Amino acid sequence: MDILLLSRLQFALTIMFHYIYPPLSIGLGIIILIMESMYLLSKNPLYHQMTKFWVKVFGLIFVMGVATGVVMEFEFGTNWSTYARYVGDVFGSPLAAEGVFAFFLESGFLAVLLFGWERVSPSMYWLSALLVCFGAHLSAVWIIVANSWMQTPAGYHIVGEGMHQRAEITDFWAMVFNPSSIQRLSHVICAAWITGAFLVLSVSAYYLLKKRQMEFAKVSMKVALLVALVAVIGQWWTGKISAEGVALYQPTKLAAMEGHYTSNTPADFYLFGVVDDKNHQITGPRIRGFISYLMYGDFNAPVKGLESFKKEDRPPVAMTFYSYHLMIITGVLLTVLVAIGFVLWPQGRLFETKWYLTLLVPSVFLPQLANQLGWVTAEVGRQPWIVYGLLRTSEGVSKAVKADVVWTSLIMFTLIYLLLFVLFLFLLDQKIKNGPEGVGHGS
Amino acid sequence: MDLHLTWFILLGVLLAGYAVLDGFDLGVGALHLFAKGDGERRLMMNAIGPVWDGNEVWLVTGGGALFAAFPDVYATLASGFYLAVFLLLFSLIFRAVSIEFRSKQPSAYWRQIWDVTFAIASILAAFLFGVVIGNLVWGIPLGADKEFRGSTFGLLHPYALLTGLTVVAVCMMHGSIFLTMKTEGKFHHKVRGWVKNSIIFFVIMYGILTVATCLWVPHMVEKFKTFPVLFLIPVVNVLVVANVPWAIYQKRDFLAFLSSCGGIVLLMVLLGVGIFPNLVLSNPHPEFSLSIYNASSSIKTLQTMLIIALIGMPLVLAYTVAIYWIFRGKVKLDGHSY
Repeated sequence: MDILLLSRLQFALTIMFHYIYPPLSIGLGIIILIMESMYLLSKNPLYHQMTKFWVKVFGLIFVMGVATGVVMEFEFGTNWSTYARYVGDVFGSPLAAEGVFAFFLESGFLAVLLFGWERVSPSMYWLSALLVCFGAHLSAVWIIVANSWMQTPAGYHIVGEGMHQRAEITDFWAMVFNPSSIQRLSHVICAAWITGAFLVLSVSAYYLLKKRQMEFAKVSMKVALLVALVAVIGQWWTGKISAEGVALYQPTKLAAMEGHYTSNTPADFYLFGVVDDKNHQITGPRIRGFISYLMYGDFNAPVKGLESFKKEDRPPVAMTFYSYHLMIITGVLLTVLVAIGFVLWPQGRLFETKWYLTLLVPSVFLPQLANQLGWVTAEVGRQPWIVYGLLRTSEGVSKAVKADVVWTSLIMFTLIYLLLFVLFLFLLDQKIKNGPEGVGHGS
Repeated sequence: MDLHLTWFILLGVLLAGYAVLDGFDLGVGALHLFAKGDGERRLMMNAIGPVWDGNEVWLVTGGGALFAAFPDVYATLASGFYLAVFLLLFSLIFRAVSIEFRSKQPSAYWRQIWDVTFAIASILAAFLFGVVIGNLVWGIPLGADKEFRGSTFGLLHPYALLTGLTVVAVCMMHGSIFLTMKTEGKFHHKVRGWVKNSIIFFVIMYGILTVATCLWVPHMVEKFKTFPVLFLIPVVNVLVVANVPWAIYQKRDFLAFLSSCGGIVLLMVLLGVGIFPNLVLSNPHPEFSLSIYNASSSIKTLQTMLIIALIGMPLVLAYTVAIYWIFRGKVKLDGHSY
């Protein structure tokens, strides 16, 4: 395996493992803020008991995010140093901004949430919850701005010749508000809210099934369902506008996502299908011309197919198509689960419907799956580009690094992350089993 | 205003901030196994418990700022020092999770494993930071294309190892002084013993490193010969560090801590003055060195980043001070503690 493939595998592994945690932090952050607000308003100690428990869960998740996140800050340089030289002038600022504005805020005030209840007033505690939540959301802003610039570059110009060519910024705000930032950011935030909500739903359902902590679980479940409702509705909307953006600015990605090979024909929407890349065919149930309709309002409008583009400019179709469609299917399942909740709730059967609670427990994995599939779609779909239309992924790898050394780091990451994942799941499981009334640390 | 110089200084501020703050976290980790028994070890971890994470952010932000302001330096160092960087990252990963995981299970075996992990990870991280600094001072082989031309093994020469050990010594001293402020009773008495020993360790390493630098790294000393006024920096540095044992003797622990902070800052200033205007010295072929002028981003980016820093950093400083203030005083173990 060459250094390009190894570096891509390593980046995929490290970012996918990292990405388990920030969406949980963002989603849980909103829920904790809601709970602590309810406490401040109602003075009902139950709400603070809920906050206390979820803050402890948050702490465990957050440290995993931090530990795996520091790696990402430097991996642009270790394995993708040519990319770093090429884009540093543009890409570096949002990354630095993420550190200055977001990371300090969330890490700093988390201390108060975790350790400071007896040291500060309830209002200050609430403010800390707000700032941790705000910081988590801000970090999403800056990283999505940076990644969106890779997808739809704007606010830059190219300077220099040959080896010394690089992108230089011309307009900071044009870079920040590049054509895809807002849609993709809102899509990621909604996804994060869903992720956090389903963690709370899963744990609450577990307690209800075990007939433990009933009061706690019921209120938690209601809060989580409300967050999930808003987020799921938002997710369909933001998914739509994101796809519209892709159609406009990343036609090869769209063609791969939808499996649209032949040019100048209407693009069909496949509900799912099998990709036959050799023969440029998809086999599966479809709605003819539906993508043409979504893009142009006309079922017969021609859409550029993969065949219009040079072979070396096309992304891997199968991976993009499957991850995109599986993501949507997962989204449908999540929507159905939320919908059922809102049928049962007004009927007063939400906490007694055993089959629903049983479904909710493992459903915590669904948003995780959707998140990963979405990112695979986004990042595999933009291939062969590392900056869409400007720099190829193959041109971005580090020159000073040899393949054997990347093998070493890749194997180390695989082993270490496997270990950490097992430990994380074990400790999270223990925390949930101990419950909100459980023994404190260290006793 | 010379934006390149401004960013040289700002980067120095970020990295010095990291050294002063995570320096005592790593130091506490390095000393962790000298604490005996569950109680003492929990006190060690809870002394830094609320602040270590925020402290580590200075490194992440420093890395991001380096990427934005001097992308060639970021690229050359990260890819050139590849294995060392990942070893450092693994150390930081394990330092982080060992604090969070350690007291989550009652098993003595579990706790011992994480205690040892915490200590080794902290020492290794401090050591590797020193190795990086030592290599920046000594110089590393670069090509005309700004890429690293050496090997990982080649980074482990005696001067770099010496610098590595010195950084461990600095961290241990700094960490032990931090602990004097946070502990009381019998444990506090034990910690004072550590302070004494770590000061001795530090002074010895600092002395050897200074002599080695003067003898074998002449370019670091050049500037002090050309601008003798700069000699004030090491002089003040020595005085500030000498104030540490004096303040400890007087039982003025906070003053000792401030002096230790000052000592670290001045060491960073010394480093900065010595390498200026280079960030990565090329050795051999100094003409290929990466400087703040040939390895920087555009003026526009440096300006933008300056604005980001001028808005962001005062906010950071303000609430960081507030958070330290909230957690002032001696460590007490309660239901929230690690």
